[in-house]
Amino acid sequence: MTIALSQTVPSFDLPGVDGRSHSLDDYADAELLVLVQSCNHCPYVQAWEGRMKAIQADYADRGVRLVAFNSNDTTRYPEDSLDEMRKRAEGQGFNFDYLQDEDQSLARAFGSERTPEVFVFDRDRRLRYHGAIDDNRDEHQASQHYLRDALDALLADEEPPVTQTPPVGCTVKWRS
Amino acid sequence: MGGRTCTQFPGSAVKIELLFWEGCPSYPEARGLLDEALAEHGIDAEVEMREVFTDEEAEELRFPGSPTIRIDGRDVDPRGAEARPALTCRIYHLADGRVSPIPSREQIEEALSR
Repeated sequence: MTIALSQTVPSFDLPGVDGRSHSLDDYADAELLVLVQSCNHCPYVQAWEGRMKAIQADYADRGVRLVAFNSNDTTRYPEDSLDEMRKRAEGQGFNFDYLQDEDQSLARAFGSERTPEVFVFDRDRRLRYHGAIDDNRDEHQASQHYLRDALDALLADEEPPVTQTPPVGCTVKWRS
Repeated sequence: MGGRTCTQFPGSAVKIELLFWEGCPSYPEARGLLDEALAEHGIDAEVEMREVFTDEEAEELRFPGSPTIRIDGRDVDPRGAEARPALTCRIYHLADGRVSPIPSREQIEEALSR
């Protein structure tokens, strides 16, 4: 079952591609925390990665932290191992933390379904937006910028114009 | 004389398969693109939709991800056809460098003209 709006963010402590552990407390200073269910091997994620980087760059000075995490079963999908994640982050020049949720506990706590799938938490770490980054995997054809609109609204202490959209992408690869 | 095209031989018995995995949402869009290309070229061919259910089937069918389109047994993206068989969304690299979960119309048309 997917985490509901207004619910608080589940705690986590996960290894990152930088070789360090990252816990929820590490992001305590962030005004808004954007957690993205992500992975390496999915073409939808790859199509949206550039926009994830752009959003982190555009909103960093306003206290927004975007953190991607990968929960896929690495036995069946070795492309999603921590080593491969490290290569992907380096190769694509990620400007956000990329964490491995190997035991899938964070994905289960969120009830994630797809990659990419976005969860935006406010200063009190309550869920305020959940769903897609925007409405088209082709950047040039996107007309509804759900995540940016939600961030703009929350930074202005307003309600996001859209609070939930269906995420579009690959399924989370659960362990059998 | 240029390469043989299906357009030059309307009604020719071209065999088209679209292999897909339900876990990836892109196959209806790929089917739409394929149907458009077939109509554009006047090719009246049956498209066999074949669902892949298990890792074993993916291995047996050399299924590199969903969707996979084969025309007379040839993959519309021969480079991607060599990827490890898996129940996954397939990655297509478009001519402009972008990544897509479906082949481009040009890739499909090129495959039809082989």
